Amino acid sequence: MSRNLDNLVIQTRRDILRMVHAVNSGHPGGSLGCVEFFVTLYNKIMKHDHDNFSNDIFILSNGHISPVYYSTLARAGYFDIKELSTFRKINSRLQGHPTNHDNLPGVNISSGSLGQGLSVGIGVALSKKLNNDNSLVYVLTGDGELQEGQNWEAFMYASANNVDNIIVTVDFNGQQIDGSTEDVLDIGNLKLKLESFNWKVLEIENGNSLEDVYKTLNEAKDNSMKGKPVVILMKTIMGNGVDFMMHSHKWHGVAPNDEQLKEALNQNPETLGDY
Amino acid sequence: MKKFINQGNKDTRSGFGEGLTELGRNNSDVVALCADLTGSLKMNTFADENPERFFQVGIAEANMMGLAAGLATGGKIPFTGTFANFSTGRVYDQIRQSIAYSNKNVKICASHAGVTLGEDGATHQILEDIGLMKMLPGMTVINTCDFNQTKSATIEICNFEGPVYLRFGRPKVANFTNPLDKFQIGKGILLNEGNDVTIVATGHLVWEAIQAAEKLYENGINPEIINIHTIKPLDEKIILKSVKKTGCIVSAEEHNIFGGLGESVARLLTSKAPYPQEFVGTNDTFGESGTPTELMNKYGLNMDSIYDAVMNVMKRKAK
Repeated sequence: MSRNLDNLVIQTRRDILRMVHAVNSGHPGGSLGCVEFFVTLYNKIMKHDHDNFSNDIFILSNGHISPVYYSTLARAGYFDIKELSTFRKINSRLQGHPTNHDNLPGVNISSGSLGQGLSVGIGVALSKKLNNDNSLVYVLTGDGELQEGQNWEAFMYASANNVDNIIVTVDFNGQQIDGSTEDVLDIGNLKLKLESFNWKVLEIENGNSLEDVYKTLNEAKDNSMKGKPVVILMKTIMGNGVDFMMHSHKWHGVAPNDEQLKEALNQNPETLGDY
Repeated sequence: MKKFINQGNKDTRSGFGEGLTELGRNNSDVVALCADLTGSLKMNTFADENPERFFQVGIAEANMMGLAAGLATGGKIPFTGTFANFSTGRVYDQIRQSIAYSNKNVKICASHAGVTLGEDGATHQILEDIGLMKMLPGMTVINTCDFNQTKSATIEICNFEGPVYLRFGRPKVANFTNPLDKFQIGKGILLNEGNDVTIVATGHLVWEAIQAAEKLYENGINPEIINIHTIKPLDEKIILKSVKKTGCIVSAEEHNIFGGLGESVARLLTSKAPYPQEFVGTNDTFGESGTPTELMNKYGLNMDSIYDAVMNVMKRKAK
């Protein structure tokens, strides 16, 4: 992978950390875990343009990881990176959880209340089929989020109706607010479950490796339009890139204090310029 | 008193079915989704004529609302169809986040509203849906009164950009409005001019209001009757103009008095023109099994209740 993308990964981490620190709220853990995915998706995989729905579309279901989403969109040119400083503040388009309500470029749907994005993504995929448009829909969901029943209605629907122009990625970090998914409500063998729902299941062992994410997303593209919906189980490390945040659910929804921020930023020196 | 002629009893849901069929023939962006109640919602013709634009989602209403939001994101005009109960309470958060807050152009079409679905009982009836839906910012709420009006409303909401809740019913009821009338969202219809009392009614209660008015007229009372098919946005102008003339008002609906049309009217009156009001509706109760007529009678949703409410409110009028 190019050095540029490595730099973008580090800069995105800095954006996330600074955004949540500035308002002492937000969700750094899951955001940091998905940086490599977002950077790859928006810079190497999707053909995207907010104003053109015949291009690829991304739907974020686990809306609480909005910091990584906003940073990625801003650094892809959807809006000025300066606007990242308004995150979670009054009168901002960058709400705590993402919404299209205030016409933020790049965001097509509101999410935050969990378990709804998969259905929405399938709906977009159906509209693309009606338009004979060959572009793809990408959806990201959390793993804990799959405890919501609506997902299973949606999984069932997509395979039963051969919705094969959708690539769903599950951020498989094994953590949720109250602890590990295994302890809170074990989602069991997700691969077998989804295979039995007749989805094509791919796996990424290291979802924090740009190479692995790129390789598997490409494999997913190759498997699309073949009669089956595609899902990727992407193992990530919550809090990745900041040593004291890694491997724990404790940073799910907690912002670093001044000292912790300094330490975290030291581990991720400025590359492309802070907002 | 103006005469209203029943052109023959018909169900409002069939008006929806015919409207949807017409839309299917004239607008290729219209898509329809149904959660295993295609026959009950009278969506069969649309489904037969447009199989690629009809989505049978199974018994999975939450997913249906999400699919509709996604289809709207892709530029389609989705019409969802299921019972009113399963169109609102069951999927409130999906509608709230993925449709209302997201400004999606989805038409939520809900049959079997109120108690008049009859024998299935309270699990399938709903008397709270107008309240649920009118509280959502940006949601338009419509409750049509007969077959003709439901058909024209179905066609008209397609031309309107934004989320709409369209509520109609199961039983065959009087069909008395002019089939050529164009439906105007947010514009109440003055059915009869009068001076003594204003009756604002919605849905199945509009015909009951007309029946009550005929009896009132025979007893020397001249009521003004307004068909409020759009509960949100409410046609405040027509109500205020009327009540300033008559000095009192009765609201009538097949819905809980908590959260329905009557409450919207009361809010309007208390802030702009505090005249006495009586409410015809259900009083904080669930329904039960029975025939539609038995239920309407038991829960006070008929011409007699409207008649009595008029008598009561007129006593409270300023002398």
